[in-house]
Amino acid sequence: MKLSEIAHTRSGDKGDTVNIGVIAYRAEDYPVLVREVTAERVKAHFGELVKGNVVRYELPNLGALNFLLEEALGGGGTLSLRVDAQGKTFGAALLRMEIEA
Amino acid sequence: MIRIANGQGFWGDWLEAPVRLVEQGPIDYLALDYLAEVTMSIVQKQKLADPALGYARDFPPLIGRIAKQIRERGIKVVANAGGVNPVACAKEVRRLAPDLKVAVVLGDDLYDRVGDLLERGHAMKNMDTGEPLASIRERILSANAYIGAFPVAEALATGADVVIAGRCTDTALALAPMIHAFGWREDQHDLLAAGTIAGHIIECGAQCTGGNCQVDWPSIPDMANIGYPIVEAEPDGTFVVTKHAGTGGRVHSDVVKEQLLYELGDPKSYITPDCVADFTSIRLEDVGPDRVRVSGIRGGGRPPMLKVSISYAWGYKAIGTLVYSWPQALEKARAADAIVRERLRALGLRFDEIYTEYFGVNACHGPAAVTVADPAEVQVRIGVRGADRKAVDRFTRELVPLVLNGPPTGTGFGDGRPPVREVVAYWPALLDRSEITTHVEVVE
Repeated sequence: MKLSEIAHTRSGDKGDTVNIGVIAYRAEDYPVLVREVTAERVKAHFGELVKGNVVRYELPNLGALNFLLEEALGGGGTLSLRVDAQGKTFGAALLRMEIEA
Repeated sequence: MIRIANGQGFWGDWLEAPVRLVEQGPIDYLALDYLAEVTMSIVQKQKLADPALGYARDFPPLIGRIAKQIRERGIKVVANAGGVNPVACAKEVRRLAPDLKVAVVLGDDLYDRVGDLLERGHAMKNMDTGEPLASIRERILSANAYIGAFPVAEALATGADVVIAGRCTDTALALAPMIHAFGWREDQHDLLAAGTIAGHIIECGAQCTGGNCQVDWPSIPDMANIGYPIVEAEPDGTFVVTKHAGTGGRVHSDVVKEQLLYELGDPKSYITPDCVADFTSIRLEDVGPDRVRVSGIRGGGRPPMLKVSISYAWGYKAIGTLVYSWPQALEKARAADAIVRERLRALGLRFDEIYTEYFGVNACHGPAAVTVADPAEVQVRIGVRGADRKAVDRFTRELVPLVLNGPPTGTGFGDGRPPVREVVAYWPALLDRSEITTHVEVVE
């Protein structure tokens, strides 16, 4: 199934880094996020769009994960030539990831 | 309990939001966040052109508009609208609202001190790249230390109706009223962390009341009249996030979670000048319609260094677009891109980067985008960035000719060649906090 069936996301920027918060709709699905949505899989999902590392943090109290995608905005801020220079749509892109229930 | 509202998430946010917050229900404090990372460079340029400018120019007219109501009801306004010229901002506010008492927080502006700080061994290395600040010394446009909530609370203690800061943190705008009203001290880390997280939740305005929210977004009521956020803060550090009754939007724990994660780094270590907040300690509870209670927040002591926000002249960029229609819209757009690149090469022009994306295909999501077979139309968007203004300017002449001398169905060139824009880049650094001394002035 797609990640969008059990989670919602919000993304934003810090310089050339994108952050994506991934939040389980139901607390019981949080372990599925922890197991399925790894830093490696997120990095692979975005391919050449993310030039640097992907780091994952866990927030079990919110049933959420936080990902930092480094070197993902073509320089970031005012330097970026991208239409989504602030990474606003990265969270939506992640919702298409295929995961095991 | 005190009610702290946020009516502006950035300079350019909805002009009606702060007025409606004042008019549509009870609030005690109105926080307004005007400064983004590059805003300081914009206001610095304005100040260089006119010494009476250099602040968020939307702010004084807003205060003029709400002056009578905030004075009658005792509402205090807290804003980082001062930019690089808080005193000039305060004078303009006083001109438009002569009955209000206005205080400013000074001491964040380091523009005239950079040379001295460098000479005394403060390298202010770029936090992302590690480069020393001396490498861009001549190109610096602005330099400001992020100051925290205590100087802003000190300004509230003067009894001012309006407090204007320069580069204080966004979260300080909400924390400062709590420090002022509840008498919180610098060693009460959990309380300061709670106020900081309250500030983080409301600092982006309607992003915690249903704006930019993925959770069943079509069902979010009356977005046209969306209510901006209000924190009902208690002296024990717990608070409720809500909005005025009868306004549009939605406050729910799912919505608040999205905003908690917005622009977050390490959740255990959210560093501000006032404390280090731990986002893994937050407890959320839906306690009524459009009411989310927040509790359990823990924090640590303030850091020895302050973050410094420096902006500098980097170079130039331009971004141009053309539209190609079905059939083979994407193939035509790709051919156009190849032609532009070959012509730029033939001209011997060099750029730091040439970047192309295809609107309607993959501009937002890149390799993660949904595949669309033979779309109805595609916009090719080509951007270049470089230090040489002439090269960037020459690039802007290379798109429109393709309408006649490139692939068929090229259109969407109505605005002619794109403008060349100056690129002002951002340089984050750290500085010993002992170098920063703030003070408060009441502007008569």
